[in-house]
Amino acid sequence: MSKMDRTQIVLTIMLTGLAAFMLLPIVFIFMQAFKPLSELFLYPPRFYVMNPTLQNFTQLLMTVDAAVVPAVRYIFNSVVVSVVAVAVVVLVSTLASYALSKHQFRGRNMLLDLTIIALMFAPQAVLIPRYLIIQRLNLIDTYIAHILPFVAAPVSVFLLKQFIDQAPNELLDAARIDGANEWAIVFRVIMPICRPAVSTVALLTFQMVWNNMEPSIYFIENEALRTLPFFLGTLTSGLANNVAGQGAAAAASLLVFVPNLIFFLFQQSKVIQTMAHSGIK
Amino acid sequence: MRTFLRDIWRDRTSYLMVAPFAICFFIFIVLPVLGAIGLSFTTYNMVQAPKFVGLANYVTLFTEDDIFMTHVLPNTFTFALLVGPGGYILAFFLAWLIAQLPGKIRTVLSLALYTPSMASGVAMSAIWLVVFSGDRVGYLNSFLLGLGVINEPINWVHSEQWLMPVMVIVTLWGSMGVGFLAMMAGILNVDPQLYEAGRIDGVKNRLQEIYYITIPSVKPQMLFGAVMSIVNTLQAGAIGVTLSGQNPTPQYAGQLILNHIDDFAFQRFEMGYAAAISVVLLFIVYFSSKLAWALFGEREDA
Repeated sequence: MSKMDRTQIVLTIMLTGLAAFMLLPIVFIFMQAFKPLSELFLYPPRFYVMNPTLQNFTQLLMTVDAAVVPAVRYIFNSVVVSVVAVAVVVLVSTLASYALSKHQFRGRNMLLDLTIIALMFAPQAVLIPRYLIIQRLNLIDTYIAHILPFVAAPVSVFLLKQFIDQAPNELLDAARIDGANEWAIVFRVIMPICRPAVSTVALLTFQMVWNNMEPSIYFIENEALRTLPFFLGTLTSGLANNVAGQGAAAAASLLVFVPNLIFFLFQQSKVIQTMAHSGIK
Repeated sequence: MRTFLRDIWRDRTSYLMVAPFAICFFIFIVLPVLGAIGLSFTTYNMVQAPKFVGLANYVTLFTEDDIFMTHVLPNTFTFALLVGPGGYILAFFLAWLIAQLPGKIRTVLSLALYTPSMASGVAMSAIWLVVFSGDRVGYLNSFLLGLGVINEPINWVHSEQWLMPVMVIVTLWGSMGVGFLAMMAGILNVDPQLYEAGRIDGVKNRLQEIYYITIPSVKPQMLFGAVMSIVNTLQAGAIGVTLSGQNPTPQYAGQLILNHIDDFAFQRFEMGYAAAISVVLLFIVYFSSKLAWALFGEREDA
């Protein structure tokens, strides 16, 4: 602290201002979610909440109506889908990136080049054929349709591979001499020393799956199998000029956002460590 | 042939390890791209079998689709340039500024700037809809009315004039994501001795330092950041529809290629035509990344 020169102090003040400005919408959604109905209708609108209440959350979570799927069901679906997807993506990507990093085999370079090209692949561009494929595989209206498309994760494989490249070969050879086979090496040596990259991939996958409403829109027709972001989407559609629904929508937004934030805060140092190795050479 | 099979058998562990990824990669990335290319030469309404029509879809797209040529394409370029290169330069600049600060402050600031990127998409539409609400109760309207900047509330997300600026601001707000963190980590890892040496060799100011030392050292991370920014720009393509709540967007003011695809695929069920638009989009993405590679890549053949 004491060693900051004048430029650094000015810079800190400016950037803190910018950061505060950028965090305003996030603070706002917290405020909004805890506002009672009377404060939501206030004119002129007030940023701060005066009498915080859980009313919006209870309204959101406790509404049980035989005709509609309860909010809890969407949350349950989201949790199941995200947890399974994170586990599967971490496992599949670690195995693949270990082989791509430390093994030599026919087709390795081709798969690696394709993976790097696919870093910029955006599934939204090819939704139609994706939909047709899911349909042919009879995966419409299954949890698998929420998960499997994400297992093709070039970014995860790439980040893990860059990290595994740093693992010294001598260490792997020592493990082999001790009698470990390749699978044991992945689980006992690679996974522990690549913890930062594994955590980062887990985090990025979680964020991608947890926030994604595309499978719910395109691959799922059964309302009871759809996820939280989809539910939020139904709450916010046509909200622009409608105050009454804003409290519930803000509460649902918080339910989507807060798990992302908590997960990231716990992992942030590992994420930054991993990103240092993210360069494409 | 025998050696080939023997090689495969010898490396069976490696193949088993990459198999789950490779199979999913093929089914959900390679196949859809090939499928889109194939479908783009047909008319297909999801009920009858696809019928081959040659290049007809592309001819229609570039000669008869007025909405595509007068709204969608110009919108996409405006949006992509501001959010893509614009957001990217902003991310690099902010990453560089933050890297100049001591440890604790640096961590807190980078976390604060990264946080909005977790809130992109639908999660935050509830905020924007209230902030940009079209009546007096909307926060921005109420604020500007209070200052006397405007006399009438502006219907931000349903106005031809304002939808695009709102889309760009909202997207930029959430664009300090993984690419930003990667570039910052890269800048922090530059060997301090390089700056030392630079000063001896006559590097005079910070700008020269960035140009001659920082950028060349961080090139690999910058390439990763550029690729991520291309992907993010593409993924943000639905924002106009999310904000305005309708596809097509009001007077096509916020219509981007992605919305145009959605419009034809899932509202008019003209799958062949929609596929042709996706192929054009894939080409645009492919050439943008080629450009990024030419700027930052170290390998010629990639």
